[in-house]
Amino acid sequence: MDSILVLAHTEADGTLGKPALEALSAAVALGGELTLGLVGCTVAQASLPALPSVRVLAVTGEPFANPRYATDAAAAEALCRASGASLILAPGTSRWARVLPGVAYRLGGRADTHATGLALHDGAPAITRWFYRQRIEAVLTRAERPWIVLPDAGCFAPWTGATGAAHIESVPVDPPSTRTTWERIEAPAADRQTIRPDAKLLFVAGAGWTKKQADGAVHAADAAALIHNFLERSQASLGGSKSLVDLSGEGEAVLPFMTHMNQIGQTGATPRHPKGLSTCCHGEEPHVVGWRFIAQRRAVNLDPNCGWARGKADVLYIADAFAVLRELNRLLA
Amino acid sequence: MPTPLHIVVCGGIVPDPLQTLEPAAPNAAFPAQPSLKNEMMLPAVLDPWAAHALFEAAHLSAQVPGSKVWLVSLGPKAKLQQVMMTIAQKAPFELVAIDGPASGFTDAFAAAAALAATIEQIPGLDRGRLLLFGGWESASRGAGSTLQMVGERLGITEQFQGVDRIAARAEGAGFEIMERIEGGRHQVSLLSSPPAVLGWATGYLPEPRNNPQVGMANMRTIMPALQRAKAAAMNGAGPSFASVRLPAVERQTRIVKDMPPEEIAREIVAWMGEE
Repeated sequence: MDSILVLAHTEADGTLGKPALEALSAAVALGGELTLGLVGCTVAQASLPALPSVRVLAVTGEPFANPRYATDAAAAEALCRASGASLILAPGTSRWARVLPGVAYRLGGRADTHATGLALHDGAPAITRWFYRQRIEAVLTRAERPWIVLPDAGCFAPWTGATGAAHIESVPVDPPSTRTTWERIEAPAADRQTIRPDAKLLFVAGAGWTKKQADGAVHAADAAALIHNFLERSQASLGGSKSLVDLSGEGEAVLPFMTHMNQIGQTGATPRHPKGLSTCCHGEEPHVVGWRFIAQRRAVNLDPNCGWARGKADVLYIADAFAVLRELNRLLA
Repeated sequence: MPTPLHIVVCGGIVPDPLQTLEPAAPNAAFPAQPSLKNEMMLPAVLDPWAAHALFEAAHLSAQVPGSKVWLVSLGPKAKLQQVMMTIAQKAPFELVAIDGPASGFTDAFAAAAALAATIEQIPGLDRGRLLLFGGWESASRGAGSTLQMVGERLGITEQFQGVDRIAARAEGAGFEIMERIEGGRHQVSLLSSPPAVLGWATGYLPEPRNNPQVGMANMRTIMPALQRAKAAAMNGAGPSFASVRLPAVERQTRIVKDMPPEEIAREIVAWMGEE
């Protein structure tokens, strides 16, 4: 049986984030000797999971406070070596996804990212992951060790036991010299922050919002106001089809708050939300790739024969999205 | 005047996103891994995020006189030739081709080894001025692993992923780099000097228009590069696939016609409120 290292970075307050607790619960479910490895400025000892049989290792200090390849890779490498683990589970955060395949190379091991499932297969750990942008699903195992696996956020229930770790072993790491300086985080202004990973609903806007409407005119400003109000009132997260996002990027006045960051599908995100509502979308991308991990799906579309909504959505409303959204905003006010 | 850059873009090829994909049994050339049905018949495109990386490389190169862009691409020669006919008109570059599989089921570790070995042998490449570009993930394997491992093999430990912007600071004071992080935010870092690895997200540049003159200039080097392409040894150890399948795609869609907007809205609000 593999010995397992759960490799996590702490949040700014030294606690573990939800993705780290998800990785921990996946490791506990798998069984085997378990070590917890932590990287960050500090570790809030009292907030750590109270698992008496678990060894806790940590690399801490100011150089490891912010995400940066050179320092994160050095810390992760040191923890992996100190633990001696053959299987390393790390949350698939942007910080770890940026670093751990490179660390796997240093360790002579392998890395697999975007794992959506983890279970024993013939007594060995096997992961489920998607290929070709969520079009083909595979279960795979590896003989090479150490094997670093990064589960995607939201695929496992977070660990919810008592907190209060007994002892933290400090692993000394000399921060490597680096030409990179972490500067700041940039976030959109509050009224333009339309990406909400924890939202219950993903609202997807398609290029149909920018087309001529029944009166023969384009109503882009109306569309922007309706969608913006809906997002504010429902606290939904906004996704966009590639065609709509590209229009925005080309400087056309479409949706001022829509950027490539909102794009779902082939060259965009495949977010996880319990529910999804697509409007004015007519292609494969929003309905198949972008919606892969949306549990309940509804669509508002003028085309009753839309081949992509049929069979992909649970409910397809044949209606004018402008009129429906206007009513939705009235009800949610 | 800023030091000219040597920008190497790693960009694979993938099936056209509009094609329907279906997994198939391993083929004779690569018996350890699954394949795609009619894989060699599927029209291919340059991997979308790698294409963004190429456009950003061309843009940056144009801003820093004396810079040069190479496109290192691993794929079946015939497919590479087909894709290059299109991409050659978009941006000036010198192709370095590697003949090998473009499958998403090949191991990133093996792909990185082939790419790094090829980059090391590019004549005239100054690794002290190197910016290694690529897509932050491919549209085939989608792992975000290859570029990191290429960087490690080349000894580059300044790495950035999910990059949306690189901007040269005034008077050679390095580069400001924006990387995507969670929640629609960006992390901004300062890179004092190359070499570095940048895995690109979509960036902010639109796709360049076709330029036949650029295409003709590129084609002068593309055909010889394809003829010179060495075969990559990619059939080593890798993952063992226990199953490979298409997801269950069909849902029983309830189609609602002739319902007034206010009633639809009421139904949607009730649905949104359900646990």
